[in-house]
Amino acid sequence: MKHARFNPERFHKAQLPLYLFLFPLALFMALPILFIVFHAFKPLDELFAFPPVFIPGHPTLQNFSDLFGQIDKGGIPFSRYLANSLVVSLSVVVLSVLTGSLAAYALSKKKFGARSLLFEINTLALMFLPIAVTIPRYLVMSQLGILDTVFAHILPLLAMPVGVFLIKQFVDQVPDELIEAARIDGAGDARIFFQVIVPLVAPALSTVAILSFQAAWNNAETSSLFVDGEDLKTLAFYLGTLASSSGTTVAGQGMAAAASLLMFVPNLIVFIVFQGRVMNTMARSGIK
Amino acid sequence: MKKKFDPTVLVLLAPYWLLFAIFILIPTLAAIALSFTWFNTLQPPRFIGLDNYVRLFTQDETFMKNVLPNTLQFAIVAGLGGYLLSFVLAWALAQVPRLPRTILSLFIYAPSLTGGVIISVVWSIVFSGDQVGYLNSLLLNAGLLREPVQFLTNPLFLMPIMMVVTIWGSMGVGFLAMLAGVLNVDPQLYEAGALDGIKNRFQETVYITLPSMQPQMLFGAVMAVVGTFQAGAIGVQLSGQNPTPQNAGQLIVNHIEDYGFFRYEMGYAAAVSVVLLGLVWIVARLAWKTFGNKED
Repeated sequence: MKHARFNPERFHKAQLPLYLFLFPLALFMALPILFIVFHAFKPLDELFAFPPVFIPGHPTLQNFSDLFGQIDKGGIPFSRYLANSLVVSLSVVVLSVLTGSLAAYALSKKKFGARSLLFEINTLALMFLPIAVTIPRYLVMSQLGILDTVFAHILPLLAMPVGVFLIKQFVDQVPDELIEAARIDGAGDARIFFQVIVPLVAPALSTVAILSFQAAWNNAETSSLFVDGEDLKTLAFYLGTLASSSGTTVAGQGMAAAASLLMFVPNLIVFIVFQGRVMNTMARSGIK
Repeated sequence: MKKKFDPTVLVLLAPYWLLFAIFILIPTLAAIALSFTWFNTLQPPRFIGLDNYVRLFTQDETFMKNVLPNTLQFAIVAGLGGYLLSFVLAWALAQVPRLPRTILSLFIYAPSLTGGVIISVVWSIVFSGDQVGYLNSLLLNAGLLREPVQFLTNPLFLMPIMMVVTIWGSMGVGFLAMLAGVLNVDPQLYEAGALDGIKNRFQETVYITLPSMQPQMLFGAVMAVVGTFQAGAIGVQLSGQNPTPQNAGQLIVNHIEDYGFFRYEMGYAAAVSVVLLGLVWIVARLAWKTFGNKED
């Protein structure tokens, strides 16, 4: 066949129409992100110039130093929000990968009565919308006494059905013989889990790490709904307050752009580092 | 004969399923229970049967005239539209060589990394209501406008903007799954298909590509459904108002927030939540029927 085939090795002129479709769309997708990058480095007069300038003529780090020098009404410095976000996001990543993979290992390789029922419940919960049950969640958390603590940030995000789902698809592909062989060699469940299962399902674990990082890092709801103390709120929340007040203050917009960039870059880095593994996971993990 | 139960299973399952119970199962059951009550958080809930649902569907004009139609419209254009677009993009990307594919897919995926808050900052640069906003300035310069338009608070523009912005940010995990799915179709199937009389790319897509990547299409569909309904807060974020101007961008998610957090009518808000969860479930079942394993 003459036309462009799937997964081609090199360029062929039959691919041209595809590029004509893909380039404008990719540009449309990328432009707003470039706006925010350029915006973050603009000095004041260029932020509000008319007609607007896209690329800063005199790039400056002023917005970033303003941002880091920012101390809000309650006396909370910007660095506190950043530190909170880092602590929360890293805890969520580590704990969600751990709890998710333990559950996935049991669901895939252990024989017990409720096994398929639990997996079906989990698959059903892929359709769960956390936003729909904010109020009952609030009531449950107030009963548990974890409102206004760091646990309010971390624990709800660990209930991540898509994580268990993706990891289980991978554990399913680890041959039972391998586990039996390890067991005959005297390995217990802990050793089998950490030395046999974990290395083999690493791509799925990286994918879950990325997803849970994004969920935690971008989360502003917890700070506004479940946490009262300013000293426990996160960067995503702070960006929200900057953004909503930036319409009125001149310096606010530059800082909001700088903060958005600071929010975006870690997501991007985490994704680029693990990109190949994500694709690997997705190839093997549809819903069957 | 019963097999000996392995206690380590409990240890493995406990952490995740405990969290699952606390943050997913119990809140969902609580929402269902509360939806049959009158509850303002100060006094204990009082059982009122189906009153909340009756009120929602017969007396709540905002819900029937704005919120529900808005949500359906938003779900069809942003959800279904975004889903179809992500398949077409994945299909096209799979047909270019590795390097341009990686770069282009990174551009397309990047917006989904921005998450809720950043989205409103990014797009307010474009749609800002004064002449400094990029779109206003572009239209003013081109002579299409005499004075700047308040895009984000104008009821006429809010919904279309919400749709564009949501589609822009929706090429996430589902999109990557579909891309991987198209790339993984066995090339021999296409050759066999050509011999069996497949004439054009459309037939090839319908008879070979789509059936071979059913699991990824279904995963993508479920992610799209959940993502679309979850993205509902975007109207409030963009316009900075709840309710949105003249309820133009009011979705079920905002309605819940409005009643739950501003009016403290928790029972009523819970009934709206149950309707939302039911709606998501129905739409996802439809996706399941379309792409699910036919043998089930």
